[in-house]
Amino acid sequence: MAEAQLHVRIQEGFQQEVEEEKLLDCMRCGFCLPACPTYLHSNFDETQSPRGRIALMKAVRDGMLPFDDSIEESLDLCLGCRACEPACPAGVEYGSLLESARNVIQREKKHSVKEKAARYGAFKHLFRNQRTMERATGFIRFYQKSGIQALTRKTGILSLFPSIMKDMEAILPILDKSRIKKGHTYESTKRTTKIAFFTGCMMDTIFSQTNQSTVKLLQQLGCDVWVPENQVCCGALQGHSGELDLARENAIRNIEAFLAQDVDYIVNNAGGCGAFLSEYDHLLKDHPELLEKAKAFSEKTIDISTLIEKLGVTGRSLKLKDGRQAILTYQDSCHLRNVNRVVDEPRAIMQSIDGATYVELPTADQCCGSAGIYNLIHTEMSMRILDSKMDDVKATEAQFLLTSNPGCLLQMKLGIEKAGLSDQMEAMHLVDFLAEYVDVE
Amino acid sequence: MLSPSIIQEFEQLCGKENVQHSNASKLANSYDATANFQALPDLVVSPRNTEEVSGIVKLCQKHEIPIVPRGSGTNLAAGTTPTKGGVVLLFRHMNQILELDEENLTVTVQPGVITDELHAFVEEKGMFYPPDPSSGKISTLGGNISENSGGLRGLKYGVTKDYVLALEVVLPNGEIIRTGGKLAKDVAGYDLTSLMVGSEGTLGIVTAATLKLVPKPTHNQTLLAVFDSLEKAAETVSAIIAAKIIPATLEFMDQGTIQVVEGYKQIGLPLDAEAILLIEQDGPEEIVASDMATVLTICEKYGAREISKAKNEQEAEDLRRARKDALSCLAQLTPTTMLEDATVPRSEIAPMVREIIRIAEKYDVRIHTFGHAGDGNLHPTAVTDARDKDEMKRVEDAFAEIFETAVNMGGTITGEHGVGEMKSSYLEWKVGPSGLAVMQAIKQAIDPNNIMNPGKMFAKSTRKRVVVHDG
Repeated sequence: MAEAQLHVRIQEGFQQEVEEEKLLDCMRCGFCLPACPTYLHSNFDETQSPRGRIALMKAVRDGMLPFDDSIEESLDLCLGCRACEPACPAGVEYGSLLESARNVIQREKKHSVKEKAARYGAFKHLFRNQRTMERATGFIRFYQKSGIQALTRKTGILSLFPSIMKDMEAILPILDKSRIKKGHTYESTKRTTKIAFFTGCMMDTIFSQTNQSTVKLLQQLGCDVWVPENQVCCGALQGHSGELDLARENAIRNIEAFLAQDVDYIVNNAGGCGAFLSEYDHLLKDHPELLEKAKAFSEKTIDISTLIEKLGVTGRSLKLKDGRQAILTYQDSCHLRNVNRVVDEPRAIMQSIDGATYVELPTADQCCGSAGIYNLIHTEMSMRILDSKMDDVKATEAQFLLTSNPGCLLQMKLGIEKAGLSDQMEAMHLVDFLAEYVDVE
Repeated sequence: MLSPSIIQEFEQLCGKENVQHSNASKLANSYDATANFQALPDLVVSPRNTEEVSGIVKLCQKHEIPIVPRGSGTNLAAGTTPTKGGVVLLFRHMNQILELDEENLTVTVQPGVITDELHAFVEEKGMFYPPDPSSGKISTLGGNISENSGGLRGLKYGVTKDYVLALEVVLPNGEIIRTGGKLAKDVAGYDLTSLMVGSEGTLGIVTAATLKLVPKPTHNQTLLAVFDSLEKAAETVSAIIAAKIIPATLEFMDQGTIQVVEGYKQIGLPLDAEAILLIEQDGPEEIVASDMATVLTICEKYGAREISKAKNEQEAEDLRRARKDALSCLAQLTPTTMLEDATVPRSEIAPMVREIIRIAEKYDVRIHTFGHAGDGNLHPTAVTDARDKDEMKRVEDAFAEIFETAVNMGGTITGEHGVGEMKSSYLEWKVGPSGLAVMQAIKQAIDPNNIMNPGKMFAKSTRKRVVVHDG
């Protein structure tokens, strides 16, 4: 009886929130199939494809089938990488459909125990409140510095955790205590462009070094960099997992925080955050009073590689420090590529560095399997995708595997560790690579 | 619904993991790319080899269960929609290229190999497999063979049937036959290879195929000619053929198609043009150069307002891709796209385009046309809304008249998409009552219990003609 009510509630939810017109945009040509990592890595299982998932959403909405576990699994296993969108000639807004469907399911259904634990920790606390995230990383920092890390590695306490946590533990960066200051403006000498900097939550804590490199680079290129004080997590992780209300709260707080000053650009260095920020207008489409502001916010949002290219970084003399030679390769951030359609800019930057040879990773446009917290929840599929990715990475013979997003970066570090390549190759954020290895004249 | 004990028989045969019957699996195999057709199968089975296919067929025969072989589900005539339920057969485990024979210029494949993957594989070795359906990046060779797929290069190189030398087929009684061979000449008995190619899964299941390859052309050139009138574009097509030039590709797009394609691809197609022609020649350098020079002169003479050559392979590929994406791009316009592929002798291309425009006006429906102008294979596409019953009726009537017009011009109801279920009630218009009787007799002889893709190719009754013609 309870089950019957659930599928009815979900059908009604789909009818109200999953737009029929958007579902009908799909004409089922199947051109998205070869772009979908879960379709390819499930050996061509149509339930694991965008066309299949859209058909399932429509079938549930139309009452052709009742929502059940098999349908939930199909929608759950989607990475949300949105590689199907650029591949779709009919312009289906898959990401938006998935988000709406997941929001309904999330609301109507109790979570499985495993996921509940991950969500409870991640969404409600960590990502929502910057201070909690700070405390959490404070703990990690203590853990790393205190010697407990070395101890646990030896005694294998971590073997009690799922294997991914153990692997993750090995690749977490040594945390840097110094952080960029919220509410502060980092001025440059030339002061040609005014930037508001979105710090992100993972970037601001686990990868705080990258944020410092970003600010320094922007100052060098003539930007005044203001770091709005009251900014919070972009809301992407919540939004993609069916917690749209939480995501909206964050969006509203960020819009207020960033529009307090007039700036030329709102820059971020995390592809996943950037895509979500650029779609705040879509997220807040049912809040007419905020729409204007949301649009202004989204229009100013830009990712770091696009911005520094605009600021002429490739026109300058870039060369590897100390006359070094190295091969670089690059893993796209799915949302930077598929949502913001930033493909050429990071590549142009890497290609313009003297001493560096850029080798295109053949599957750079395919998700690495990180996908928010997908790798923690759907570890098996994630690792299948990662292992196949690492075969391609290895073939590039690169010394540096660069990315533009913290989730991808962690996953790439994990991949390198798993593939036993850590003595030949390093995964880095593009900006960190520029700061550490490149002279910018 | 199949009983648990029958499902168990399939599981014992193919392994539990290869027999799916969850709601999600059934739904995800309930459709192909044809608008307005959808039906749930009872079971989705993924055999691992020919023997398992044979076993599945025998089981289906025993329990009288329909079988629908499915590649990637890109069919455009409801050919892979399981409208009578039953078992959908997938070839996800049978997707290997088995052998490349460079001495005989052949390649042997399993049915699940993706068309474009075969292209890349043989081209890397200096060979060429010409059939290139627009869905090639995901369509399977098994699907191509069963549908006798065409594509952009049909004009010069022919279609799938011209490249199938030998087949391994599981018949409806479960027996495995091998037809043809790596032979340029073979007249031993009826040509069963040809019978199977294009039989739409109604006579048997292709489990392996040996395909003919040709040497890869060394050069190619692509140009785009822009016209202010459809007529001029169509006349240009006829003039090129009349000049005894057979381009590798001679494709056509009308204004509505140009606009949606440009919206998606943004490669600089002229939005105000009434038609464009995409023309490509391949072969030895001198021949390509001289043919394309002649083509250019003809385009100018027949009033092309602008002619541009692709500067490099990337530009050429962008143009080809743009044409291949045309149908899906049209889906941006309205909720439903209904595509047909009425085909006429190439000399009739201009009158046919005119007729399509007239018919669209007559029934008050929006039809955009693109297609393989060089071989007379047009794709008039109605942009409509399946929820609007009245308009759907008018679309159906308009297509009926388009089919009839094509047949009267010496053409056919379908050039390359197949009859499927969608066009089954029109088949008799093309082949006549005696022709239809022969086809039905063949079907009856090979598949007496009608388990192989039932409901396809043959309709319960033939549709009444719209317009009465004399003769």
